[in-house]
Amino acid sequence: MNQRIYEMINDRAFPTPFCPGCGHGILMGAVLRAFAELEWDLKNILFVSGIGCAAWIPSPHFKADTLHTLHGRAIAYATGAKLFNPRLKIMVISGDGDLSSIGGNHLIHAARRNLDLTVVCANNSIYGMTGGQMASTTPLGSVTTTTPKGNQERPFDLCRLAEAAGASFVARQPVATPIPLTRTLKKAITHKGFSFVEVLSPCPTQYGRRNAFRSAFEMIQGLKNTCVSVEKAKGMSAEDLAGKVLVGEFVT
Amino acid sequence: MKESPGKKKKTVVIHLNPKWCKGCYICLEVCPKKVFEKSPEVSEKGFQPVLVAHPELCTRCLQCEMLCPDLAINVEKGE
Amino acid sequence: MERKKVKSTLAPGWYFMQGDEACAEGALAAGCRFYAGYPITPASEIMIRMVQRLPELGGAFIQMEDEIGSISSVIGAAWAGAKAMTATSGPGLSLMVEAIGYAVITETPCLIVDVQRAGPSTGQATRPAQGDMMMVKWAAHGDNEIVALSPWSVQEMYDLTVRAFNFAERFRVPVFLLADEAVGHLRETLVIKEEVEIFDRVKIPGKPPFGTEEINGVPPMPAFGEGANLLVTGSTHDPWGFRKTQDSAIQARLTERLIRKVRDFKLEVVETDPHLLDDAEIGVVAYGFTARAALAAVKILRNQGVKAGLLRLVSIWPFADGAITGLGKRCRKIFVPEMNRGQIAGEMTKYTSTPVIPLPKTNGEVIEPAEIVEGIRRNL
Repeated sequence: MNQRIYEMINDRAFPTPFCPGCGHGILMGAVLRAFAELEWDLKNILFVSGIGCAAWIPSPHFKADTLHTLHGRAIAYATGAKLFNPRLKIMVISGDGDLSSIGGNHLIHAARRNLDLTVVCANNSIYGMTGGQMASTTPLGSVTTTTPKGNQERPFDLCRLAEAAGASFVARQPVATPIPLTRTLKKAITHKGFSFVEVLSPCPTQYGRRNAFRSAFEMIQGLKNTCVSVEKAKGMSAEDLAGKVLVGEFVT
Repeated sequence: MKESPGKKKKTVVIHLNPKWCKGCYICLEVCPKKVFEKSPEVSEKGFQPVLVAHPELCTRCLQCEMLCPDLAINVEKGE
Repeated sequence: MERKKVKSTLAPGWYFMQGDEACAEGALAAGCRFYAGYPITPASEIMIRMVQRLPELGGAFIQMEDEIGSISSVIGAAWAGAKAMTATSGPGLSLMVEAIGYAVITETPCLIVDVQRAGPSTGQATRPAQGDMMMVKWAAHGDNEIVALSPWSVQEMYDLTVRAFNFAERFRVPVFLLADEAVGHLRETLVIKEEVEIFDRVKIPGKPPFGTEEINGVPPMPAFGEGANLLVTGSTHDPWGFRKTQDSAIQARLTERLIRKVRDFKLEVVETDPHLLDDAEIGVVAYGFTARAALAAVKILRNQGVKAGLLRLVSIWPFADGAITGLGKRCRKIFVPEMNRGQIAGEMTKYTSTPVIPLPKTNGEVIEPAEIVEGIRRNL
């Protein structure tokens, strides 16, 4: 089934630089699958990314126009390209730190403007590429290299942030459930206006290893256990929902 | 997939690219039918990839293909 | 690049205009059809003129959330095919520094106007200075060869903006227009001709967009949406844009070409405007608004029997080293009035052993002819 996807990638870039078991690799497949199912020629898509592991998802792996920018700035670069050539279909793929910390300002303003962009935020709750420092999305208590005794700062709820800023499509999916992920990505891509998809994407090397996950598979299982769809959550008690993460499409 | 009574199910063809596989074993753990096993060989990049040990057990759920971070698995389309 | 003559975007004739406004008009004449900016004194008027005029010409405009957003969207738009610009002052330029480096390594043509004001930092927002002369060349980390021009009149705010865009397209570099609050807010005559000569970036589909066979070449530049499968990246890359961060040969070649593609052809850029230099013994080097006072000062000195002459720098980077060396051979002393603490004077000492005497003034006011005369007479 992956056959059509192999035509959408630059072979010379494989095997990828991602760690074994990296959630971003799973997300990469889901994005390609989404475009393949929509039957959109990648030639007409512009992918913009920042700096960090997630920013490597499109660049240099996708056979398309890719713009690999500076840390936090992908959305701003995308804004210029879109405004000058509105015919370009643009997808921003970058990480949680890139998009919501250093890039937070550009994120909220693009959402406010409801620009016709699709932003896929690969959230691994850590700064992976630089060796595992805390991020604005790191859960309370997590061990990272800059929170050796456990993180004391509350993390963002990126979906609520995007929604409050004005995004007209907001969703969250884990890479552990690739079929709903691809489905949501397709909706985000075809949505007219600012769409924001937070993808929970585990980092076994920097986050998992320091926080008692013994393998990539355990992190995938962990996501399956903690993620609850909005529909399912409706019928659950507050007790049952404690510690769970809501996923699904929040704003459409 | 419809089966005529008495006809043996065709084995699913699963392509596994050992050059791209990094031995993360998500596929091995996730597969409901235990199709995969660890290869005894070490790849050029220093990984112990998986190998397709029991393709005849595959039900084409495609979890391996979709969850492989390296696009190393391609489950061929059925008839 | 491709050269062509196009009709001016303003009806030919004489206008009475503000420097900032003339800069915007020059940009439009050069083909600028994307502006992104952030309000900052004394450059906001450029943005305001652009938002009024761009829709008339089918261009796009956005006021971004900050200067980083501004320069970022300019670069994004340039890769979508636009001649794109932003305008700011010192504090905003400081925020744009990282992006300047990105434009250098990705070879993105764009214009950044710096209407300099008194610094450092917030300084005196409404007062003129020339404190960013070195910054545009050295601020971004790594080696940068950029182009910077310094206008001394409203006419030059128009003409040099056109030329700046042309250099950006010719060399695929970010280009700086180093104006100052005095010339930016000045109102004087602007003459618009029938036509304007503009350069366009070269497009050769199928050729590598980030490398050339020559060690000092400028590659062709596709745009997004043309099927080029562009790989634009700020990392070191091969001629196709493929990241090569472990290859010494590629890094060596890229860094050399980025410098030499401009430096080897600097004579196309370097421009000086000499006045009364033929028999001058005392040289004065000045640029921007200060050059106006310097010209008056040189004339006063001549009336006083001093053989003074002015070498006005029209281009700042690449530096007019040859002209400075030549001036040093003729003059026994060279004076450099500047609204900074001697930035260009310092650069000049690299190219001449003739005494270079800075005449700095950093009180937030323009330098007056009498001050230059006095400064020279004191040191004759």
